[in-house]
Amino acid sequence: MKKLPSTLPNMLCVLTLISVIAAGALAYVNTITQGPIEENKARTLTEGINTVLGVSDAQVQNTTEAEDANGNPVILYATDKGVAVQAIDPNGFGGKLKVLVGFDDAGAIKGYTVLEHAETPGLGAKANFWFQKGEKGDIIGKNPGDAKYANSGLTVSKDGGDVDAITASTITSRAFLRAVNVAFHAYAGASATDGQTGASPQIHN
Amino acid sequence: MKYIKILWNGILKENPTFVLLLGMCPTLGTTSSAINGMSMGLATMAVLIFSNLIISCIKSLVPDMVRIPSYIVVIASLVTALQMFMQAFTPEVYKTLGLFIPLIVVNCIILGRAEAFAAKRGPVESIFDGIGIGLGFTIALTLLGGIRELLGTGKLFDVTIYSENYGMLLFVLAPGAFIALGYLIAIVKKTAKI
Amino acid sequence: MAYLLIFFSAIFVNNIVFSQFLGICPFLGVSKKVDTALGMSAAVAFVLTIATIVTYLIQILLVKYQLEYLQTIAFILVIAALVQMVEIILKKVSPALYQALGVFLPLITTNCAILGVAILVAQNTYNAQGLEPNLLTGVVFAVSTALGFGLALTIFAAIREQLAMMDVPKGMQGMPIALVVAGLLAMAFMGFGGVDNGLAKVFGLL
Repeated sequence: MKKLPSTLPNMLCVLTLISVIAAGALAYVNTITQGPIEENKARTLTEGINTVLGVSDAQVQNTTEAEDANGNPVILYATDKGVAVQAIDPNGFGGKLKVLVGFDDAGAIKGYTVLEHAETPGLGAKANFWFQKGEKGDIIGKNPGDAKYANSGLTVSKDGGDVDAITASTITSRAFLRAVNVAFHAYAGASATDGQTGASPQIHN
Repeated sequence: MKYIKILWNGILKENPTFVLLLGMCPTLGTTSSAINGMSMGLATMAVLIFSNLIISCIKSLVPDMVRIPSYIVVIASLVTALQMFMQAFTPEVYKTLGLFIPLIVVNCIILGRAEAFAAKRGPVESIFDGIGIGLGFTIALTLLGGIRELLGTGKLFDVTIYSENYGMLLFVLAPGAFIALGYLIAIVKKTAKI
Repeated sequence: MAYLLIFFSAIFVNNIVFSQFLGICPFLGVSKKVDTALGMSAAVAFVLTIATIVTYLIQILLVKYQLEYLQTIAFILVIAALVQMVEIILKKVSPALYQALGVFLPLITTNCAILGVAILVAQNTYNAQGLEPNLLTGVVFAVSTALGFGLALTIFAAIREQLAMMDVPKGMQGMPIALVVAGLLAMAFMGFGGVDNGLAKVFGLL
């Protein structure tokens, strides 16, 4: 077949035709993938909440969106099995660090998971297991509302706290603990107004 | 026989990474582990096969002067479709590869093959060229990812080979990507005598 | 002060070439001579800044009409058209500048740094150092990123000029030794890691 000559009408027609077909095809793909994408997001969230609360069937009853003292978004998911809080610290080693932390009724940490991070792969990324139960930097069961944390919340041992920082990743560890503290403040603030739980009221922000 | 030759050509003689030195951004950026490298390679291969096929089908309908913009539109739509499918069905992979998925559009391999091969040959040959070049790219990325993962963390495809404590973390980080690729190209060139 | 921090961190800490792996093709391809490296850097800085502004505005339109899925296709077309336009305008308005940058302009369409930065700015996924991401922070980020690219490219070209006169083992000649040098440079740039946090403290942003 001979090539179409490069006349202006020819070129315009072909480009328009290709663009229209492309846009149409994409719109179609968009409609069929939108459902699964939404489902994925919802599933990731429920799975995250279940992990940090250490259960398998938490039902989200109430979602509250708020801002921390620095204007970063904090989201509280109140479930029938406890509260999970999503918080951000913007100053990790490579940028934002987003965590989801679960608290029991007294304010002690039940579990956590790192949702997003931009830390050095292999080093900072260790945060996802370093602070788990039985690991070196175990924070599970600690209650940031305890009197001994009243001044600065959970901190790494270098800063006078009682949490071991990830080897060679102090900045990541600090950012992680700041996010956990932010999550706790949001949790304590919410439960103080509800008056439901016995979480420590003397929060220094 | 002709098709096997096209395949072989893509994997070895015109290997995009080792010989043509194209598509270096994803090659360095996504190979922190073997599995990441492989996912990126396969994603690129999928786009490459379809773009080769479509472009070879429409080649005579496209006037020469608007050739490049038309090809770019085709490639960009394919990449967007892939992006949406990955987001829907393999969200984990989508999250790891991140920005590098939309950037497949500007991967010189794809436009390069469209110009150099698909715009001149029939659809079936073009599909085989897509598979061959795609495989060559995937193999290169998996190899580089595997080397970096093994040297850096002591694992291969997430299976521990030796203790992580003896790993040279450098290889997982940015400098290691450059250095490992440099040596890999030298070794491949020497052994394959290309 | 936060703008200064975006500036510093995009050039040194998160250098686009050495830590983001964007724009590697021109980085390896146009780095044999310092002169051409400077020309390329200038062309990239020029196009990157304009492209970021234009794509930012387009993103607003796309979001308004809920067509976000057309992002990649719209951006790449806009960038390609923009590069053509810049080329034509330069030719008319400033032949001297065109002489200097002309040869690099067509190469820029497939420079993934341009599309990469445009997407990062449009999706607000870059580090705005605590500021609300908007057009201004986006442009500051784009300009600094381009400067970071220029810095990386120029240093690398200067080293390669020297390297060309050295006695390199046969197997390592050409691309392999260049990649190893790039690796060593990346290692040097890693030394800036975390400096942005320190600066943030000095500036009183933390």
